[in-house]
Amino acid sequence: MAAPLTLLLIVAVTIRAALFRSSLAELIAERVEVVSPITAWKRVVEGLALLDLGVSPYSGDVFHETPLIIYMFHFLVDYAEITFMVSLNKNFRKQKFALEADRYPMDSLELIRSPKEMYYIPLKVAMFYLLNPFTILSCVAKSTCGLNNAVLALFFLSTIKGNVLLSAIFLCLATYQSIYPITLCAPAMLYFMQRQYIPVNFRRVSFWWFIVQYLFMYLGSLFVLICLSFFLLGSWDYLPSVYGFILSVPDLTPNIGLFWYFFAEMFEHFRLFFLCVFQINVFFYTIPLSIKLKEHPVFLMFMQLAVISIFKSYPTVGDVALYLAFLPVWSHLHRFLRNIFLVSCVLLACSVLFPVLWHLWIYAGSANSNFYYAITLLFNVAQILLVSDYFYAFLRREHHLTNGLYLKRKDGSEATLILK
Amino acid sequence: MGLLSDPNRRRALISMLTRLNAPICVVCYFAGVAWFMGLAFEPFTLRTYMSENAMGSTMVEERFPAGERALATGREFAAHKKKVGGMPVDWLVKNMQDRGLEVFTQSFSRTLPFPDENKERYIVKGTNVYGILRAPRAPRTEALVLSAPCSPGDSNNQAVGLLLGLAQYFRNQIYWAKDIIFLVNEHDLIGMQAWLEGYHHTNTTGMSWSPLQGRGGSIQAALSLELSSDVITSLDLVLEGLNGQLPNLDLANLFYAFCQKIGVLCTIQGKLQRNDWDSVSGYSHTVQTMMLMVMKQASGRPWGDHGLFLRYHIEAATIKGVNSFRQYKTDATTIGRLLEGMYRKLNNLLERLHQSYFFYLMPSLSHFVSIGYYMPAFGLLAVILLLRALDLWVQLNTPPSTTEDGVADIDQQSSPGVLSVLTPLVISHLTGVALYALPIRFQETAVEHFPVSETEAVVLTAIAIYTAGLALPHNTHRLLSGEGTEQGWRVLKLVAVLYLAVLLGCTALINFSLGFILALTLVPLAAFVTPHVPKVLSAFILVILSPACTLLFSVFFFQELQEMPVSFQDGWLLYLSVISQGILDHSLYGSLVYPLIALLVYPCWLLFWNILFWK
Repeated sequence: MAAPLTLLLIVAVTIRAALFRSSLAELIAERVEVVSPITAWKRVVEGLALLDLGVSPYSGDVFHETPLIIYMFHFLVDYAEITFMVSLNKNFRKQKFALEADRYPMDSLELIRSPKEMYYIPLKVAMFYLLNPFTILSCVAKSTCGLNNAVLALFFLSTIKGNVLLSAIFLCLATYQSIYPITLCAPAMLYFMQRQYIPVNFRRVSFWWFIVQYLFMYLGSLFVLICLSFFLLGSWDYLPSVYGFILSVPDLTPNIGLFWYFFAEMFEHFRLFFLCVFQINVFFYTIPLSIKLKEHPVFLMFMQLAVISIFKSYPTVGDVALYLAFLPVWSHLHRFLRNIFLVSCVLLACSVLFPVLWHLWIYAGSANSNFYYAITLLFNVAQILLVSDYFYAFLRREHHLTNGLYLKRKDGSEATLILK
Repeated sequence: MGLLSDPNRRRALISMLTRLNAPICVVCYFAGVAWFMGLAFEPFTLRTYMSENAMGSTMVEERFPAGERALATGREFAAHKKKVGGMPVDWLVKNMQDRGLEVFTQSFSRTLPFPDENKERYIVKGTNVYGILRAPRAPRTEALVLSAPCSPGDSNNQAVGLLLGLAQYFRNQIYWAKDIIFLVNEHDLIGMQAWLEGYHHTNTTGMSWSPLQGRGGSIQAALSLELSSDVITSLDLVLEGLNGQLPNLDLANLFYAFCQKIGVLCTIQGKLQRNDWDSVSGYSHTVQTMMLMVMKQASGRPWGDHGLFLRYHIEAATIKGVNSFRQYKTDATTIGRLLEGMYRKLNNLLERLHQSYFFYLMPSLSHFVSIGYYMPAFGLLAVILLLRALDLWVQLNTPPSTTEDGVADIDQQSSPGVLSVLTPLVISHLTGVALYALPIRFQETAVEHFPVSETEAVVLTAIAIYTAGLALPHNTHRLLSGEGTEQGWRVLKLVAVLYLAVLLGCTALINFSLGFILALTLVPLAAFVTPHVPKVLSAFILVILSPACTLLFSVFFFQELQEMPVSFQDGWLLYLSVISQGILDHSLYGSLVYPLIALLVYPCWLLFWNILFWK
């Protein structure tokens, strides 16, 4: 296990280092698919420069990262590669998580995974993450997205290990970075309750007591972080500039998300309404998904992560890579997947078409934004299909676990499951 | 979404698609070709119309009187050119200054990677001269360009004369709202490249040039003039630019509208328009015109000095005067009036030309085919690849005993190792890199060892590497991964087919013609290749349909279309020069066709070659 992992790490580091030194790095750092206005390294550098000059980094409309990030880099500014190392390190964590996660998958007779298969899953997860071109691109672009992913990975790790306090702290860090991970509260709590044999029952005191405990830890650390940021900066400037920026989406630079085109085209007086509609999308799915998947918090986490990275306001390929890395964990669902061929073809084609259409739009001037948005839409539809396909496969597997693999109709013929 | 979730209907559809795969593919192929040929049929095309309001409704009156004087200037220019033995810089500067322009010069030099035998140049040094007529009516934030090349020999003297004549006339008019830049560029495209890079402060090709001393506003449109005789019979419009980029259709519309108004014969691809579209000869005439455009666009090279402007988002075209044996002649005054009219309308532009189409084919000057009409032809070819991919996927996923939707036993066969797919991929791409990088790198070595010139050395090395690639890859995967399995080639073919589909799709978006021509030859090959077809025959077909042979056929076909058929011997020499021009275009102007073929298309084709010899 350790040997292939080391090999993998060496390969991954080599690829990144080679790209980092090549002239491609600059090109990649400019790509809108790879960096968003929040995570762009160029903007972080700008923020640092402002800070050095004694100006608030949030004056002007360039810097939108959180204060802690900027202070972290403040000390490390000469070591540009530190981002690169940090975003690599977290993958250790990720694969450890997977190691733990696999102990968990459900026991059943026919569909259970052999221990041998499970043994390799951490390696596969690490491979999916480290060798995913999306991750490599966002690492070479020095996008701070890598740090967000690291925090989220640490959150998963501590949750799976059962460490309530650490889990709450990392979740709060992730929330502090980009708000959206707040929806991961639900799966984390469900997971701990399952682990501690607390029934999910609204009339039980123990249920409420646990929720209060967890929320106290979570909100407490959030409070500490926010106050810390305030004391570091000496002003509340960062709140509108970071969270207002995420929620109200003033920057309509094209990216792989759904917001930019829609809000660029919209009449100003509808803006607030549709802003709410779009943002609710990210948060709302928590409720039905938690109800449906309350027995399977780890899968719920995966779903939430995918939903966040599809519907967030400034998505980048780094976010997509994070949830794609979890796909090997669900390799036992592959036999139930229906559209995986179609979806992977579309995802592949879209990833190639992004730069092509960008070139035609921006450089050649012969295409226009509609072309680019069409591909963005297709990319997101494919992602949604992918996630819903996994969801369906998961539910179907559950069904087979309880009802047996080969279903019979009453008259003895083979039955098929139809999802309507 | 029923199709995505209902297993019964899915199964029915998929079984139909796999059962009827071959017939559907054949039908799609012929439908695609038929659709494409149908594009030239006039009832299926759209009439051109002016989309840009600023150029449409305003009437302008052309009054340019001084054609004769312009020709006299042209003769004077020719005399000075002969005397100096190149660009008469001082004469031009003085002349432009006399006409009240702000005049600047730019010198440039460039060493070609290997000698260009067509134009007989290796180390190029030259000077561009340009004069700016400042706009009296507006804040000088925008500009128009009129350029004429200073060509060696006796050609294009009249173009420079007319340019100077127009400059003098324009200077006395008060209605200019945009700067007008009159540019005389030496060494045709190389000079143009130097000037454009200097103007926009970029350096993409590593050329050395002196910085520009004076600039106008951002350039909105440009026309390049080529005129080699005092009177002409018709004007030819050249649109195809670098990498198959085309200017906005409104520029062609503008030219056509003024030719109609002034009564000048106008052609595109050197072909006059005919009215008998319903006769066979009329149809074949439009097909020829369209095919010529397709071939020129696919070549990815600039077909006139305007071609490099397009890269900078500037709408540009070349206007060529043609003097043939027709009775009816047009004099320089009329051409001057035509250009005056076009510039006055361009002067009225309020924003960049963007209203009309950028993706089009022109079967005649008055008709065009837009992207929505020609893309289905490509789509029908591309869908074959997707159908084949689906078929392979189904074959891979259903072992002999098929069961119901999804619930099938997959693990009875060991899946083919990653190595058996990765090895051919890596090897064929390395061959591609060699094809891309080695010819220029090794020209000196080749010249030392073989009795050939540098240009021949480069071309022949390229052909040698190309041919060597055929021998290389199909032996290697066995060494690394043992026996290739039945599943192995299927996986490899799935990868190759999807790769080709994405590659052709992207190519067709950027340069439809190139994508379509490649699809015409590569798609049938990708569809039929398996290790189980007769080896020798298939290998022969595969070679015939390979990118290099496609290029060879294209050369003959192009000559045929231009009504200048060549013998095989000449055709071969032409083929060699086309390859060297392709490599030169890449290193001089950044044309993408050569790297595309060498780094992506050729390796992809090698994958199919590899599948054929799978053991």
